[in-house]
Amino acid sequence: MAKEHVDMNTPVIEMRNIVKKFGDFTANDGINLTVHKGEIHAILGENGAGKSTLMNQLYGLFKPTSGDILVNGEKIEMNNPRDAIAAGIGMVHQHFMLIQPFTVTENIVLGTEPMKGVTVDMETARKNVKELSERYGLAIDPDAKIEDISVGMQQRVEILKALYRGADILILDEPTSSLTPQEILELIDIMHSLTKDGKSIILITHKLKEIKESADFCTIIRLGKYIDTVDVDSVTESDLASMMVGRQVTFKVDKPEKEPGDVVLDVKDLHALDYRGVEILKGLSLNVRRGQIVGIAGIDGNGQTELVEILTGLKKGTSGEATVNGVNIFNKTPHFGFEHGVSSIPADRQKHGLILSFSVEDNLILQNYKREPYANHHRLNRPAIFSHATESIEKYDIRPQGCEKRPAGTLSGGNQQKVIIAREVFNDKDLLIAVNPTRGLDVGAIEYVHKYLVEQRNKGKAILLVSFELDEIMSLSDVIDVIFDGKIVSRIPGKDADENELGLLMAGGKKA
Amino acid sequence: MKKKSIMEIITSNRFLQILLSILLGFLVGALFLVIMGVSVGDAYGKLISSVSSVKGFSYVVVYATAYIMTGLSVAFSFKTGVFNIGAEGQFIMGSMGAAVVGILLKDLPKPVLIPLCFLAAMLAGALWGSLVGLLKTRWGINEVLAMIMSNWIAFYLSNFIAGIPAIHHEGNAEATRTISENARTLFGADFRSKLNLAPTANWGIFVALAVMIVVWYIIEKTTLGYELKAVGANRNAAEYGGIGVNKSILTALAISGALAGLGGALQVMGMGGRISIFTGQEGFGFAGIVVALIGCSNPFGVLAAGLFYGALIYGGSKLTLVGAPTQLTSVIIGTVVFFIAISVIFERFGGGLRSRKNIAGRKEAEAKIASEKAGPDGNKEGPHGSENGKEDETT
Repeated sequence: MAKEHVDMNTPVIEMRNIVKKFGDFTANDGINLTVHKGEIHAILGENGAGKSTLMNQLYGLFKPTSGDILVNGEKIEMNNPRDAIAAGIGMVHQHFMLIQPFTVTENIVLGTEPMKGVTVDMETARKNVKELSERYGLAIDPDAKIEDISVGMQQRVEILKALYRGADILILDEPTSSLTPQEILELIDIMHSLTKDGKSIILITHKLKEIKESADFCTIIRLGKYIDTVDVDSVTESDLASMMVGRQVTFKVDKPEKEPGDVVLDVKDLHALDYRGVEILKGLSLNVRRGQIVGIAGIDGNGQTELVEILTGLKKGTSGEATVNGVNIFNKTPHFGFEHGVSSIPADRQKHGLILSFSVEDNLILQNYKREPYANHHRLNRPAIFSHATESIEKYDIRPQGCEKRPAGTLSGGNQQKVIIAREVFNDKDLLIAVNPTRGLDVGAIEYVHKYLVEQRNKGKAILLVSFELDEIMSLSDVIDVIFDGKIVSRIPGKDADENELGLLMAGGKKA
Repeated sequence: MKKKSIMEIITSNRFLQILLSILLGFLVGALFLVIMGVSVGDAYGKLISSVSSVKGFSYVVVYATAYIMTGLSVAFSFKTGVFNIGAEGQFIMGSMGAAVVGILLKDLPKPVLIPLCFLAAMLAGALWGSLVGLLKTRWGINEVLAMIMSNWIAFYLSNFIAGIPAIHHEGNAEATRTISENARTLFGADFRSKLNLAPTANWGIFVALAVMIVVWYIIEKTTLGYELKAVGANRNAAEYGGIGVNKSILTALAISGALAGLGGALQVMGMGGRISIFTGQEGFGFAGIVVALIGCSNPFGVLAAGLFYGALIYGGSKLTLVGAPTQLTSVIIGTVVFFIAISVIFERFGGGLRSRKNIAGRKEAEAKIASEKAGPDGNKEGPHGSENGKEDETT
């Protein structure tokens, strides 16, 4: 990685010995961070390590318990985000803060609108936004409405919003968590064009690959403590991972050779419309056998979501066939599918996977609340539900220990995912559909999820894996089906898969 | 530091928030009394003395019975994710259902007629609730609008039925006939006079208590309660988990309607014995919303809130004796609801600031909000400083 843009003599941000306590809990325990002009500085840590807390102090949302923050060499005290913005710090949050029915321009100038008398001078605003976006190569239509543009575009709007307010230092909080692989590459380009112009970027992430691809330096935080700051070029991904987790992490998934068995899921000539009424599945066919992981590789929006929704009974298709062990599950209810062998780890664990306000124990019986021993004669058997939860918490190492009665929403993302996995594995169905099962999880949790998926496969389950993480698809799948434009365009054995070839196929190219 | 921890306790404890809101309601009421030049001591003294005698309290209980029932109805609907603003109409339908049975089948013996009246009322209420449910689940019609309209339909339907010759009063009164003596739930006259109870003291409160326990049991202990709560808390996950969302909404509204309907039966069978031609909505259903709100949608909370509401209504009617306006209680109730609603908004706002990964951060944000909120409150609490001080010490 070239560092010619980094001006090592000009530190723009210095955070010195930052301590932040919440009651008895120490979220940040003596953290140091120095960011120079023109630098991309990654902050790496597991979920809950204290990254967000650190950045919230830099953005004026929290005040440090002790320690100093220096911006451009001057010690400053920030009481709220306005102070941070005034000091040239901009933040792009993981969850965008945009007004959906407003246009790009309106969102960007909101709160700092150029005025003409008492009315907003939209012409000037539009011109300013256009100039700004061209200057940094952030191509965007200033008149498009937010609700009509993709997530990647919305992120550009957020970045422009910060730049428009004069930010020289940008904090990007998990910027790639909802982007497609293509959008991630574009984002990295944008970041480089910003640093070329003398901006500095702080990148909060737990994705090692992106750090290697984009960052100059990386500061690692573990359990609230400062571990190290390293030159990204001089370390490997696995060095970073072990510094983050505090132990050796294996990326390789141990997967014994296994001859696949009978067909469990058989999908034939599936057609479906998307929410706008446009045909999105155009005759999709695939099958998954016992003891086999079939990975669906594809760019978001090519029909994966609809395929999964149809298989889990959440959406109706227009025509086609889908059977599990010979039973037709096409256009039936979620309950019917479940009864006939379908379990799933849904893409959105907070929307479909869990009832966040329900306790962990109640979430663990979501499909089984009517069954013995959790219920008899319409009466819930609380002791049985509780002991089932205790077993699952133990077996799947769901933290914190003893969280049976805690609302699922108070658990970290990784532990929420463990609750879902515990439930679905316990359901012991022949088919497991896993959709982005590691999205937003840290390395330790990812390793864990992968281990369980392979374990289920070894037990003879059929697994359909849909993921936007190409690495995940390649390391787990026995067979990779490439989805493009509503059809499976190619099926290749997992061990022969090549990233470039896959990328080409995903983009609609022909097999070489 | 210590002050912050008190605020944290208040923001995290719903019960304390409610108590504080009630206290503020009375403080604002006192403010109005002072402005009007009425002695605060006299007015509140009258309010307390009128409800604390045996007779006064029996009146309170009689009043509260209907409020508890509509409160349970609304609370049940809250738990299941629908807002039953139609309890008013269901209550009217229920009381008319009970009255019609009590008038037409007047010769049946008491042990048969009373359950029959209850049944008719619950069916009428359930029908009224599920009609709206059907509109919502079949055609996606907003339940709040449909319910408000169904309240008016119930209102005029009740007046229409009251005008039917077989039902209408034989004399000049603009009301139905009086229901059969066998359909009344009043205590015996001897019992009443021995204990010096109100003339309308009746068994209704025991029915309400039993229903309260049944509602609690359904919500907390049964698979039905699990289903309904799941749909209320996260419709998508419930559907994903195999729960029939539409069926669940219909069931919730039918049960909620039956509860309000039964409340109507208890009212007509216990208090009036007949239904007047309405000139305006009586507001039992709307009172139920307030009661459910004060009672945190918890069945036992609803009991307490229903009694509180009943006490304010009955006590309020005695206020004119000391020269204070009856409307004072409306001011107090309005203020209490206002502050409870604010605390809910503050909680939501606190939730918005929360980064999902950072629970600790959320606590701080909440504490910050709480201290902002506490600012003006603290000043108003001047006269009750001693009570405040006590709270400080115990925390």
